[in-house]
Amino acid sequence: MSRKIGDVILDLQNISLRFGGVKALTDISFNIREHEVRAIIGPNGAGKSSMLNVINGVYHPQDGKIFYRGAERKKMEPHMAASTGIARTFQNIGLFKGMSVLDNIMTGRTLKMKSNLLLQALWFGPARSEELAHRRKVEEIIDFLEIQHIRKTPVGRLPYGLQKRVDLGRALAMEPQILLLDEPMAGMNVEEKQDMCRFILDVNDQFGTTIVLIEHDMGVVMDISDRVVVLDYGKKIGDGLPDEVRSNPEVIRAYLGAGH
Amino acid sequence: MLYRENGQFKTSYAADQQVFTIAQDKWFVLGVIAFAFIGVPMLVDEYMFRAILIPFLILSLAALGVNLLVGYCGQITLGAGAFMAIGAYAAYNFFVRIEGMPVVLAMLLGGGVSAAMGVLFGIPSLRVRGLYLAVATLAAQFFCDWAFLRISWFTNDSSSGSVSVSNLKMFGWTIDSPVDKYLFCLGVMVVFAVLAKNLTRATVGRQWMAIRDMDVAAEVIGIRPMYSKLSAFAVSSFFVGVAGAMWGFIHLGSWEPAAFSVDRSFQLLFMVIIGGLGSILGSFFGAAFIVVLPIFLNQFLPALGDLVGISISTAAVSHAELIIFGSLIVFFLIVEPHGLARLWSIAKEKLRLWPFPH
Ligand SMILES: Nc1ncnc2c1ncn2[C@@H]1O[C@H](COP(=O)(O)OP(=O)(O)O)[C@@H](O)[C@H]1O
Ligand SMILES: [Mg+2]
Repeated sequence: MSRKIGDVILDLQNISLRFGGVKALTDISFNIREHEVRAIIGPNGAGKSSMLNVINGVYHPQDGKIFYRGAERKKMEPHMAASTGIARTFQNIGLFKGMSVLDNIMTGRTLKMKSNLLLQALWFGPARSEELAHRRKVEEIIDFLEIQHIRKTPVGRLPYGLQKRVDLGRALAMEPQILLLDEPMAGMNVEEKQDMCRFILDVNDQFGTTIVLIEHDMGVVMDISDRVVVLDYGKKIGDGLPDEVRSNPEVIRAYLGAGH
Repeated sequence: MLYRENGQFKTSYAADQQVFTIAQDKWFVLGVIAFAFIGVPMLVDEYMFRAILIPFLILSLAALGVNLLVGYCGQITLGAGAFMAIGAYAAYNFFVRIEGMPVVLAMLLGGGVSAAMGVLFGIPSLRVRGLYLAVATLAAQFFCDWAFLRISWFTNDSSSGSVSVSNLKMFGWTIDSPVDKYLFCLGVMVVFAVLAKNLTRATVGRQWMAIRDMDVAAEVIGIRPMYSKLSAFAVSSFFVGVAGAMWGFIHLGSWEPAAFSVDRSFQLLFMVIIGGLGSILGSFFGAAFIVVLPIFLNQFLPALGDLVGISISTAAVSHAELIIFGSLIVFFLIVEPHGLARLWSIAKEKLRLWPFPH
């Protein structure tokens, strides 16, 4: 691979998150370097999705600090995280069911579209040319993900594997600097998984996008990630290169204990 | 010519993003509009204009506004009648208080005031949804009912509480006869339908639908819920407000607050449910249905009763009307949330494949 892993882009320090009495995350610290593929693994309920939700501002941790490109990030709403270049996909697919594939991916361009409401209502001038320019960009993503044949299909009618791909496409349309992927390959067959791995690596490679990946398939994790964080019951129990993590006794215990 | 897109290849994204991607659709709609402008005035009598066509056009404009909010943005409202009232009374005040105010401008300003009030009453939507939002919008309705009845400044201190406008002129054209009124309403409706279509295929429309379908995901990709929801309230209330002004100025001529009661709010909501949530065309279907059904039943049920030898009273007819609306709404909500518009598109889908279903 040609890409070079850069400096720390996102630094999470002593993050704790509680829902009432439930401790979803307890005192977790780790960092993410620019251009790397960073995996988060752990049994169900370990707090992995919650961690992503903290990173893009859906959840607000009670304790801890987050530094983004060296600057401390205070209270952050999801749309602000989006405007600083953080995109994500969802574990249970967060697509807009009533809209076509094309429209779903077009929504990923929202932050880049600037024309005002009146011009849009008239479909005139900048509003129209902007729409066409972004359509061109979105078509590139559609080509990249090989979903040309379904661009006008309402996403609700697509099989699960394709929906996951559209979910990725919508995140890519944001041209993010950090892409958070929550179990992008869950429920896929081997072939679909291979396609998805290829897309993820291509994105990382071609655009240098930093990737944070939650994945259960250890084979995939070992293959494509640069570094791995392991969570269990909301605590960090391992962090390092894939090989180090795999031979960490605590990690092995957590995984065997949880029946994986 | 068969109805299908074979051979109509798109060579640019601009062509692919047109409103009608199938040429037959475009010609059909243009044909309907041309017929409405030229054919209908030659064929139809005054009663038709007054009782059916003018109310239909104005109410479909209001339904379109409601649909933008409820069907596209997923924010429930039970206050549409109030925004019609705001549009009507605001337009009235602009019209009578400002010397030489053009009618059309007064109506648009009425819509503008309604839009501003829409934003104000839309603020609860940032915190609550569903039933709670419905109640909040209902509060807007009752507040307006009260304000227009009790605060006499709004009605220009008219002693009876009812207001009236007359002598509507536009660029030297006096909008007076039923045909004039019909043509005026038709023109306004066509313009607003085009605006609505453009909005729903542009980024703001996608933002509304994104908020409707999955608000967390929408926010995560950078859509600001506040902007999306309040813009939907503003645009929707603008449409509804202009419709209200037209209802007062053109259809009624003189009116009192009861013209825009909570019944009107429910009626508009029923129109978009029956016609099709999230469909421009559906707004027209719904309005047509609700305007025509009572008239149809009034004529048809007594005749049917005569046929079988029982006399059906007008009370029975209006009961039948309620029963039919009620069951249709239940049917559409449960079975076909996209309403008549969806049935229409299924029929078109079939036609596209006909005569070879595979
Ligand atoms: N919105 C929420 N409200 C209450 N509890 C939550 C919420 N989100 C997550 N949790 C709890 O936090 C813990 C971690 O969940 P999650 O982050 O989804 O785990 P994972 O993605 O690793 O399976 C679980 O106990 C879960 O029930
Ligand atoms: Mg999870």
